[in-house]
Amino acid sequence: MPDSEIRYVQRHSAIVRVTHWINAAGFLALVVSGIAILLAYPRLHWGETGSLGTPSLVDLPLPFVLELGIRGPGRYLHFLAAWVLLFNGSVYLIAGLYTRHFRNELLPRRSDLALRPMLKVIVNHFQGAPEDEIESYNVLQRFFYLGVMFVLIPFMFVSGLAMSPAVTSVIPALVEMLGGHQSARTLHFVAANLLLLFFLVHMTMLFLTGFNSRCRAMITGYLALRKKAR
Amino acid sequence: MSAILSRRKFITASLATATGVAGVSVAARIADGYGLLAPDHGGIFGAGEALTYGAQRLLMSVHSRAREFGRGDISRVSPVNHAHPRFDPYERLLYNKFADWRFYVDGLVERPAAFSLDDLKRMPSRTQITQLICEEGWSFIAAWTGVPLSHILQLVGAHPSAKWVLFYPFDDFWGSIDMPEALHPQTLLAYGMNGEDLSADHGAPVRLRIPRQLGYKNLKFLARISVTDRLDNVGDGNGSAAPGLGYSWYGGI
Repeated sequence: MPDSEIRYVQRHSAIVRVTHWINAAGFLALVVSGIAILLAYPRLHWGETGSLGTPSLVDLPLPFVLELGIRGPGRYLHFLAAWVLLFNGSVYLIAGLYTRHFRNELLPRRSDLALRPMLKVIVNHFQGAPEDEIESYNVLQRFFYLGVMFVLIPFMFVSGLAMSPAVTSVIPALVEMLGGHQSARTLHFVAANLLLLFFLVHMTMLFLTGFNSRCRAMITGYLALRKKAR
Repeated sequence: MSAILSRRKFITASLATATGVAGVSVAARIADGYGLLAPDHGGIFGAGEALTYGAQRLLMSVHSRAREFGRGDISRVSPVNHAHPRFDPYERLLYNKFADWRFYVDGLVERPAAFSLDDLKRMPSRTQITQLICEEGWSFIAAWTGVPLSHILQLVGAHPSAKWVLFYPFDDFWGSIDMPEALHPQTLLAYGMNGEDLSADHGAPVRLRIPRQLGYKNLKFLARISVTDRLDNVGDGNGSAAPGLGYSWYGGI
């Protein structure tokens, strides 16, 4: 196909691209290390305390993995990755406010805040990538991205810190508002699963709309489009 | 032109990297001066550990107290992770109900001392109902009774230059805590639990109880403590046996 039939659309700014990939690496590290930590005791409780010999909220159908070589480094890695994500997220947040990324590209348009435009997004995806979404995010993406960035991820930090006896010695409200130490652990697990669910949907949409071209866009910044026959 | 540009870029990048490395090492030195640098700050996970300890130590400079609970909150079940040592001299001491046991305090102190269990029990005591949180994920609440470590350090005259207290149990799981944690009012050398003598599996005759840190920092079966101003010449230099097993030295997480 001749070059003239492909046009390139600038899609992602450099700061979005760089922070996206650091975030992706950090998320992967958190998931892997989080699983390593969870497997030391794959039971969830509600309230302040809980252990073997006390009733659980749920016994996850997972094995107890107590090898020191997995548990210890899991914890080290979990905290290192959390710090990377905190710095990375702060850069993204400040840059996003400065460049009006949130207002211009992520805050849903008022006209889109209705059932019909949202349904249209879903229907469109079964008919191939829609033309009007090429230069920006659709309304459902905006909702989910904002929800992940401003609700789920901050909650991961809050519920994670709520499990630290040092942090809660300074801010007891952190763990008390979540219903106790074991409740904080359970909620951290639930929110982590919601993030994983988001990740799975994110991957699914990537494959539906073209894995290679979308990945390339997140690396180079440009989305290559085949010109439609007029 | 592009060669010049790339050389310029190369020089800029090198300068930025050099500045970054110098900045990090200066930051580490300043943090160390203020007692904010964890002993296990080296290695691939070191940066995370250094940040976590530095940040939490700063946060706790308000002299915070771990949450305390009521009598009604005490858990019915109090699991044990590592049973007591099955070797001498521990078993022999246990057999004699620790009558021959002595608790040695040495290092940077005016008056090194050896205390018997009765000596410790005659000292001012404190009972606190706190939660023990295992790094594995489970937790329980119990009432611990013991001597505040600060009392012992005062008694032996810990040197003002002291920065750490080392703990040596009868097993190999040695460790250390920083001075602010050692002098904290909730830091106990606990000999009692839930109104009874500490059981062997819970760390008899005496265990360290620091409720602002996870269970594995609350060392059991203590034989000796030592006051010091440096950790780099102790063991592998990481402040405790934990980093050697993959765990962070700091357990406030």
